[in-house]
Amino acid sequence: MKINAENKHFQDLNNEVRFAEDTEITIENCMGQRYIGSGMSGKHLTINGIPGNDLGSYLNGGTIRVNGNAQDATGDTMNEGEIIIDGNSGDATGYAMRGGKIFVRRNAGYRAGIHMKAYQTHHPLLIIGGEAGSFLGEYQAGGTIIVLGLDSDKKAPVGSLCGTGMHGGRIYLRGEELPPDLPKQVQAAPATPEDMAKIDGWLDEFCGIFGVDKKEVLSKNFFVLSPNTKNPYKSLYTFN
Amino acid sequence: MQFEGDIRIPSGCAISGMFSRSGKKMNGEAIIRSISTMHDRSNGLGGGFAAYGIYPHNKELYAFHVFYDSVRAKEECEKEIMANFDVTVAEKIPTRKMPEITDEPAIWRYFGLPFEKLLKDTQLDEREFVARCIVKINTQIKGAYVFSSGKNMGVFKAVGFPEDVGRYYRLDNYEGYCWTAHGRYPTNTPGWWGGAHPFAMLDYSIVHNGEISSYDANRRFIEMYGYKCTLLTDTEVITYIIDYLNRKQHLTLHEVADVIAAPFWDEIDRMPQAEKEKFTYLRNVFSSLLITGPFSILLGFSGGMMALNDRLKLRSMVAAEKDDMTYVASEECAIKTMEPNPDKIWAPKGGEPVIVTLNEGVDA
Repeated sequence: MKINAENKHFQDLNNEVRFAEDTEITIENCMGQRYIGSGMSGKHLTINGIPGNDLGSYLNGGTIRVNGNAQDATGDTMNEGEIIIDGNSGDATGYAMRGGKIFVRRNAGYRAGIHMKAYQTHHPLLIIGGEAGSFLGEYQAGGTIIVLGLDSDKKAPVGSLCGTGMHGGRIYLRGEELPPDLPKQVQAAPATPEDMAKIDGWLDEFCGIFGVDKKEVLSKNFFVLSPNTKNPYKSLYTFN
Repeated sequence: MQFEGDIRIPSGCAISGMFSRSGKKMNGEAIIRSISTMHDRSNGLGGGFAAYGIYPHNKELYAFHVFYDSVRAKEECEKEIMANFDVTVAEKIPTRKMPEITDEPAIWRYFGLPFEKLLKDTQLDEREFVARCIVKINTQIKGAYVFSSGKNMGVFKAVGFPEDVGRYYRLDNYEGYCWTAHGRYPTNTPGWWGGAHPFAMLDYSIVHNGEISSYDANRRFIEMYGYKCTLLTDTEVITYIIDYLNRKQHLTLHEVADVIAAPFWDEIDRMPQAEKEKFTYLRNVFSSLLITGPFSILLGFSGGMMALNDRLKLRSMVAAEKDDMTYVASEECAIKTMEPNPDKIWAPKGGEPVIVTLNEGVDA
C-alpha cells in the first residue's frame, strides 16, 4: 500500500503504518515525520522523501529502505531488522543499537554507533559507505561498525576522537592511514585475513544492496579498532 | 508569573535560516513553512523570526521594535527614545488577531537616528551610543523591552508556535534577503515574549538551539565590559559575546567562531606552527569566552549570516546550497521544504562556521 505523508503529523502517519494489514508499505512525500517504523516488525517500508529523527527506533524486525537521506538517531535502540539509507544519515545513527543491520550508502553524522552493544546472538552491524563524523563508536560496547570511505579523499574516513570510551565491539576503517587522534583506550592494527573473513559476507550484502563493486571496496586496506583492555576508558571531558 | 531573569531555562528548540547572496528579496512565507516542519521541537512557548533588508525606505535609520506592558512603560520609554533620537516614524507593528496568540503586549516600532549633538557630546561611536540607550531602557524601564534595534532589519517574536507567530506578525508582507527563525521549547518557565528568540542587539540577531554549560563563566567576563545579562538565557550572553568580539574587538567572524568554539588543546598541538600560535593566542586571551555545552546558533547581521555548532557538535545542524541561496536548519526536512533539490547538502563539523555574505556590490 501507499501512504501519502504530505501534511500528516507523525502520530497519524505512524498509526497508519502500525495498523496497516499490508506488509509492503511505501510512504510518499515524507517531510521530517519522526519515529517512523518505531518498534515495527514483520513489515517492509519504503520511504520517499526525508524521514524525521528516530527512524526505525526500537525496530524489532522487518526492513526500512529510504530512497534519499535520513536525519538523526536512525535505528535508535533497534533490536532486529534492517535499515537501508540510500544517501546520508544524520548524527547518532545506530544510537544504542543492540541488534539488526544499518546500511548507509554515503556519509553518517557525528556519533554514529554511539553506545552500540551486543548480547548473545544479537550482534548489531552498521556499515557506512562514505565518511563518518567525529566520535564514531563513542562508548561502543559491542557489535561491528564498518566505514568504507568510498568517494572520500581523506586518509582516514572518520572525524576526530573515533572510538572514545570504546569498551567492546570492533570498528573497521578502510583507508590509507589510521586517524591521528585515536584515544588511548583504543588499539588499532591492519586487518588480518581472519578479520576480513569475518566481514566478507556483510561487505557482499552492502555491495549487493547498493550496486557497489566489491573489488573497489577491497582495493584499499582496512584497519581494525578494538578496545585496549590494558588501558581502559577513564574520562574525556575534564581538563581539555 | 515568573519572567526570564527570575528563573533559568534549559531548552530544546529548532532553528532555520535562509540567505540570498544576490540580495534577492523573499517574503516570510518560505521560512514559516520551514520552521513549521519542526513543529514538535518546540512547545508553543516561543517563536520568532529575524529578517534583513525589510525596511528599504528607512534603511539608514535604526528600527526599534518595542514591547510595552503598560501605558506608563510606553510613556517612559518614548520619553527616553525621543530624548536621544530624531524619530521620523512611530507606529504600531501590524499584527493579526488570532486565537493561538494571547496576552499580547503593545508592540510598537520607531525609526530614527541619534541626535548629532548628543553623539558629539558623548564622544561615542554611533552604534555604541545606540547599544547603551537600549541597555538602559531594557534594564531600567519596567514593562518596556526593546527587542530589535538594527538598521534595515527587524525581529518579530512572541509566545506561541513559530508558524503562528509568523502569521501573527503578517510576515508575508515583509521582504528580506535573509530570514532566520526559531521554535522554542523552554521547559522550566512559562516563557515570555521578550525571552523568545531571536535575541538581538543592534543588527546582530541570534537564534539558538541548545543549553550552554559555560553560562556563568561567560556572563562574569562579559559583564566586566558593560553588558548586563538580565534574562539569564544562553542566547543573551552569546549575543553579547559576539557583539563584544566582532564589533568592539574587531575580530573577524571566523575568529569569533575560533574563540567561542575553540579547538581542543591536543588538536592545537597537532597544528602547523603559525596556526598553533594563532589558536593558542585566542584561547589564552579570550579563555572565558569559550562556550561549552551543546549549541547550534544562527547569527544574522547586516549583509550576512553565520551558522555555528559547539565543538563537540551536541546539536544537529544541516546546511545546503542552491544557486545563490544558502540554507541552514536543525533538520534536513526544514531545508527540503524550502528547496527540494539543493545542489549541495552537508552537515557542518562542530566548531566549523558556515558564513555567507552578500555578493560584492550588492546593496540590499
